[in-house]
Amino acid sequence: MRMWAQSHLYQKPQRINSVLAAAFALIFLILGASQPASALPAFARKYGLRCSACHESWPMLNYFGQKFKDNGYQLMNERDAPIWQNASYWPVTFRITPIWHRVSSGKQQVDTVPGNGDGLGEHRITSSGFDLSGLDFHTGGTLEKNISFYVLPSSDNTASFHFETVMARLDNVFGSTWLNVKLGKFELDNLLSEKRILTLTANGGIYQLYHFIPQGDGNIFGQIGDNQLGIEVMGHSFNDRTRYSAALLSSNNGQVGFSYGSEAYSGFFTASQAFDTGKLGVQRLGFYAMVGEAPTTYLTNGGAPIGGSGTGNKSFSREGFVGQFYFGQHFDVQVVTQHGSDNAWFGQGYGDFIDNPTALCNAGGPTPGSVVQVPCNNVPGTQLVAGSRNPTWNGVLVEPHYVYSPQLIFLARYETIRMSQQSTPGTRSNLGNIDTYTVGYRYNPFMTSRAGFAWHNEFNLFHQVGTSALSGTNINTSEVLTGFDFDF
Amino acid sequence: MNCLKPIRFAGAILFAAIMGVVFAAKASAQDVPDLGPKPRLVIKPMESHIGNVTGHAAAAKSDYRRYCAGCHGDFGDSNGENAVWLDPKPRDFTIATFKCRSTPTGTLPVDEDIFNTIARGLTNSNMPVWSSFTKQQRADLVAYIKIFSPRWEKEKAGEPIKIPDEPPVTLESISHGKALFTKLECWKCHGPHGEGDGPSAATLTDSKDNPIRPYNFAAGKGDSRFKCGNTNQDVYKIFMTGLDGTPMPSFADVIQPNDAWDLVHFLRTLQVDRHSKENEVLSAAHGVIPPYVDRNPPPAAAPPADNKPPGGAN
Repeated sequence: MRMWAQSHLYQKPQRINSVLAAAFALIFLILGASQPASALPAFARKYGLRCSACHESWPMLNYFGQKFKDNGYQLMNERDAPIWQNASYWPVTFRITPIWHRVSSGKQQVDTVPGNGDGLGEHRITSSGFDLSGLDFHTGGTLEKNISFYVLPSSDNTASFHFETVMARLDNVFGSTWLNVKLGKFELDNLLSEKRILTLTANGGIYQLYHFIPQGDGNIFGQIGDNQLGIEVMGHSFNDRTRYSAALLSSNNGQVGFSYGSEAYSGFFTASQAFDTGKLGVQRLGFYAMVGEAPTTYLTNGGAPIGGSGTGNKSFSREGFVGQFYFGQHFDVQVVTQHGSDNAWFGQGYGDFIDNPTALCNAGGPTPGSVVQVPCNNVPGTQLVAGSRNPTWNGVLVEPHYVYSPQLIFLARYETIRMSQQSTPGTRSNLGNIDTYTVGYRYNPFMTSRAGFAWHNEFNLFHQVGTSALSGTNINTSEVLTGFDFDF
Repeated sequence: MNCLKPIRFAGAILFAAIMGVVFAAKASAQDVPDLGPKPRLVIKPMESHIGNVTGHAAAAKSDYRRYCAGCHGDFGDSNGENAVWLDPKPRDFTIATFKCRSTPTGTLPVDEDIFNTIARGLTNSNMPVWSSFTKQQRADLVAYIKIFSPRWEKEKAGEPIKIPDEPPVTLESISHGKALFTKLECWKCHGPHGEGDGPSAATLTDSKDNPIRPYNFAAGKGDSRFKCGNTNQDVYKIFMTGLDGTPMPSFADVIQPNDAWDLVHFLRTLQVDRHSKENEVLSAAHGVIPPYVDRNPPPAAAPPADNKPPGGAN
């Protein structure tokens, strides 16, 4: 009986697996048999172009799509103003992704015995199941010829909303494509846009390079992957071969309501040049740089930091090159490099006191060489630990694509980040180093100008050195994901 | 054994994923549906030659699907899924009739004409400016367009018309151009002020019986552009070759080259907000075009009375 029970229990998952596999196969069969029929909503509906006209694979822009965006969501064909649209046209797109995924995270801190509360164990936690992404409501277009806008209320997967993007833009000021002015909260002018990333897993669905913060560092303000509040001046040649942009940003990581500093600003600058290389395609080379200051000292009330009171600004920078290399119509490689540096105060954990008011940072003690733990607030009298240095690092991401057809793209990505200088002397030199690998493909069973639908499959492996909470050993996380990424 | 469960499950998913790729690849390999009355599209080995660039139809298959088929249709018959919503309708490549040519009316355009049209786009239509393409991509697309009509196999492209040097812009040339605008009855479609509101404007249709509007010279204000190019040479070409497939005829047999240039100069003044040397000359004359006085009038040169446009002042 016992044996039977074991056997029965053992057989049941097999049957479930078989049924699930059959169900997936059936879905794929149906998808495979679908014929080109429909695509990307608000803009595509307005202009009658298929998604594929602007997207190498939705949502990643191709050259024509980038040019359309740079022109202020205009084709420049005298039909851009909304007056040309049917009065019922309402430029709204929603996007959401139901998924199944399996996440396996190593070295998670757990109680040695569930419930004992000691938190002294480490355990790999593996979970799988059906899930949802957040929901985006995109609305954008032109208010009038050469005045464009974009508003994007976005939620997490519990439907808690925030404004991801809110901006208006004066396009082609003085009739020149070289002068466009954008004001609001917007995506930084990254040529390889994280907002149009082709991957969806937790670690593969972002560019690590765009969000990297060294271990123990308190600077959340230099994340070029996050939308920021500010003003941007951007210009380009008529055919978009040459582009530049310069943005003045509040150093608040895109948070509204004067959340951090009293007067802290950053700048983000880009320039790029594209080259026609005949049958290979159009290659583009460019650079970006973010330089800024952010607060490390806050007024407090009852010990709690007061938002908007931050002073004691310290500096940070991120800079690198971008290359978009095409090898004919089917294969391309996107490359981004980065060199980053934070001021030593950030390196010691100062900076984001608002979100971590109870965190403690190292500070120099009363006697030379001593170290004390204090709140992460750089108030007068606080001294850096002797020998503290600016944390610096270098990174690169390489993302090749194989575009089998406008409906099917295979993609991969490798990102690596290496610390070149730790803030605290004696820290292991590779602490926090990251390597992450992602492979996947997206298949669009139909392709028109009315809606977008992609069947998405992806695997990501994430490796970080020495960051497990308890033992300080390496963390490995993997995730496999399949889902329907759609918008209308 | 239970530790193998996730592996088995992942294996099942992987198997399903591979199945999906196989079917996806199969479906993507199909350029067109096999069902229905349309035959499978055969990509003939057509070529185009633009300068030292040679375009090949086969190389543009993917680009045509990606960028063009939504309007022009997979078969080039202007029946893309968006065509029904577009005004004006997209070009029907199966009849190989093109508006923007440097060749005489009724003839096929040279490759460069189509090449330039792709790069320039067509203002006041949904045809975008495809300047983001490489020259090779555009040349390949020119070759691809040729697979849709047998005309490209049976006929040669016309000989590009000769465009004489442009004479200086003078008030007299503008004045003569205005007289020609009246004499040639341009105003009947384009309106007395070139605003596309002539008495015949509402009745016009193209060669496929779709309603079509005459060009409004004043639209676009300072950025007013012509469909087939922005230079004076382009405007000259438009009415010396005609816009085939539309009611706009060729005037090559009706007016002499120098007269054509005078007409160009006058038409530029109808783009009232656009900066041009013609408008500078007109401004210097306080915006008044004097009546044209023919110094060598042919006998009985007066135009018929019913040719006078209503209004007439510039």
